[in-house]
Amino acid sequence: MKALELRGVEKSFKKRRGEVVRALDSISLSVEKGEVVGILGPNGSGKSTLVRVISTLVLPDSGEVEVFGVDATRHPKQVQRSMNRVSVEASFFKKLSAMENLLYGAKLYGVTSSEARPRIKEILENIGFASKRATEPMEHLSRGMQQKIALARALLTSPVLMLLDEPTTGLDPRSKKDVQAFIERIRDAHDSSILLCTHDMDEAEELCDRVGIMMDGRILALEEPDGLKRRYVTNGRVPTLEETFMAATGYSVEEAAAEAR
Amino acid sequence: MRGTVKPLWLSEMVAVWGYVQRNYFLTKRYFMWEVVWLVYVTINAMAITFIGAGAESFGGANLNIERYMTYLLVGALLWNYLSMLFDVLSETVSWERWEGTIEYTFMSPSSRVTHLLGMGLYAVVYGILQTALTLGVCAAFFDLDLSNANYWGALLVLAVASVSLVGFGVVAAVLPLLSPEKGQQVSYIVSSVLLLVSGVYYDVRVLPDWMQSIATVSPVTYALRGTRDALLHGAGAAELWRSIWPLLIMGVVFVPLGLFVFHLGESYAKRTGKLKRSG
Repeated sequence: MKALELRGVEKSFKKRRGEVVRALDSISLSVEKGEVVGILGPNGSGKSTLVRVISTLVLPDSGEVEVFGVDATRHPKQVQRSMNRVSVEASFFKKLSAMENLLYGAKLYGVTSSEARPRIKEILENIGFASKRATEPMEHLSRGMQQKIALARALLTSPVLMLLDEPTTGLDPRSKKDVQAFIERIRDAHDSSILLCTHDMDEAEELCDRVGIMMDGRILALEEPDGLKRRYVTNGRVPTLEETFMAATGYSVEEAAAEAR
Repeated sequence: MRGTVKPLWLSEMVAVWGYVQRNYFLTKRYFMWEVVWLVYVTINAMAITFIGAGAESFGGANLNIERYMTYLLVGALLWNYLSMLFDVLSETVSWERWEGTIEYTFMSPSSRVTHLLGMGLYAVVYGILQTALTLGVCAAFFDLDLSNANYWGALLVLAVASVSLVGFGVVAAVLPLLSPEKGQQVSYIVSSVLLLVSGVYYDVRVLPDWMQSIATVSPVTYALRGTRDALLHGAGAAELWRSIWPLLIMGVVFVPLGLFVFHLGESYAKRTGKLKRSG
């Protein structure tokens, strides 16, 4: 059984002046159990809408979304129990401490404080987060530390499907490396399947089993990084993933990332 | 956690406690603001009660001043409690949107009933504590006419009214889902209309007929009437029934209606992409 399967998913939004924006255009993709699939695309390509549709926050106009064989539109509660998400904004109660936010997040998934506390301790140790800082308000923590707590929050509920929507965008290089290392550990040590949306080519190449390129709501290609690069071989030379991305989308990595800010 | 599957009801109870505990943590974090608010509410209640004391100088020599002051104080305290309950529920969505946590809450497996129950439960407990403290200060300050008070009767009216107000607040909570920018503003207008028509500081019979018609569908009207009957006249169960039965009907109607309307609002927001954090 596939961890995630989308078949012909479409989603359009009406803007104020009656203009219709097609955010997802016949999206079909699948993520196998234990697989990490990356989606590369410039801002506005539909990556975040894709993640929101899978996480039951946006209803598709048509098509099917299945998480471990369960229809996400018909049985959202069942699906929500098996997945979690980390987005580009850390999204916490800023006045509450990391520990308070984590305990709250765990309870929404039915995990009690006594069950969560040892797990939080273990996760924070794994990500190199000083436990004494866990009692500080989130607003006192750096973006990188907040993002680590966001990953801890997601992992705390033991999701079998993780949706990572630009988890390292805007982080300093050190924090970026820490977060990427943590994602690698999740991939290796846990039985989770991961959908990772990113602008970072190295991140995609390093972490993902397969990589897709998304543009204007469509997935242009989705395969193993080497296979993807071989699609754009010119004069016998295999391009880098960055060059592949540029060839497919017309955007440079800088342009794609800059649009996201 | 994976491998430890709880019964659904137990998971939902843990989530209810999660909402209550989160709000407690927030109250602790904003403690100084809570103190400031408590002082404001207490002084506001005292200022309104003093209007009663000053009525004599406007030709109210035949007024039972103590009774009038008690009437005003009950109005001020009850309005503080009931409006707080309504505001907490109606701000459920806009507050989470402002904090940026709305998507995480809405993608969690806990049900919306659980979410709103947790919010309502905390608001009731917090509101009762705040009102009790304000009442304690005011009782020490004024000679109130509570000689005939039926406190248990007043509590019963308040308990039934709380359920109705929670339902009413849930209906209002849907507004920010329909319009992130204007929804919360509309719920403030609803709150101010309740203040005007429900007889918080005067008998609803002094209002124009059309306003009295609106008052008949406000749970605050019956909550005030019942509580005043209990505290000022020592009304028993039989007399309080005339205020309790409309509140029961409103509770039976507003709570399921609120949840249904909220469900429709949530589906609309998910279809149109309005759950997304803004601001």
